Amino acid sequence: MKIKPKIGLVSCSGEGISEGMISRVATRRILEERDDVVTICLPLFLAGGQEERDFAKDNPCITVDGCSKMCASKGVKIYGKVQPKSSIVISEIIDRDKRLKPKSKSRIDPEDEKLVHETMKIINKEIEKVKEKEE
Amino acid sequence: MSEKKKSKHIIIPCSGIGKALGTITRRATYIVTEELLPNETDTICLPLLTIKDEDTVRKIRETPCITVDGCVAQCAKKNVEHHHGKLEGEIKILDVMKENPKLKPGTVLDIAPDGEKLARKVAEKVVKIVGDKS
Repeated sequence: MKIKPKIGLVSCSGEGISEGMISRVATRRILEERDDVVTICLPLFLAGGQEERDFAKDNPCITVDGCSKMCASKGVKIYGKVQPKSSIVISEIIDRDKRLKPKSKSRIDPEDEKLVHETMKIINKEIEKVKEKEE
Repeated sequence: MSEKKKSKHIIIPCSGIGKALGTITRRATYIVTEELLPNETDTICLPLLTIKDEDTVRKIRETPCITVDGCVAQCAKKNVEHHHGKLEGEIKILDVMKENPKLKPGTVLDIAPDGEKLARKVAEKVVKIVGDKS
């Protein structure tokens, strides 16, 4: 029997921007809610060994980036040498509704919960899509 | 002659997403950059180093960096070293935990009061490095 790989969720967690905090918190909450996803610390792609670099080959990845620099997506391509199955960008979600723009990069304020929930909704939807395609 | 603008110290946490200690590195960094030394310090997105972003690599080569790591992999330090950045100090949270064995941090999403205390201890160490090097 072939064991299905778990979906890899890779968050940028960018420290320098408020959207990085959203990517981190939304990704982590999904990891705690579901048992069909796994993650990796993005900087480990460079700091780790082959096992870490193979993460993206071993697990179909969905990336969650804060901004258009898309570090998580690029990290998967550079180190895993594969394309992410789906790429979510928080700044694009905000572009659709500017009121969602978070003010702080160091904390999640109550008014940021809407953006976190919206991001989680999108991640969950993408997970289901990727799982369907992988079957 | 205008006074030469003093370059800020860059504090780089690992922000590991797998353990509470990763969140503590991040919290400690914000305590320094937003509360304790807002004019002398700044932070950057570590993943920009991982993807070899040119502007960010240039910045860490020109500006003194202090890394804050949550586990033995030391991702922040290794990313800076890989790009030959100006590493002026490194903090390992595991060492700070050994010095404060009674502090038991919570989870990745909620480090709890003990995690906050630990973050403040880490922040104090960062401030000391900045003070010693300035």
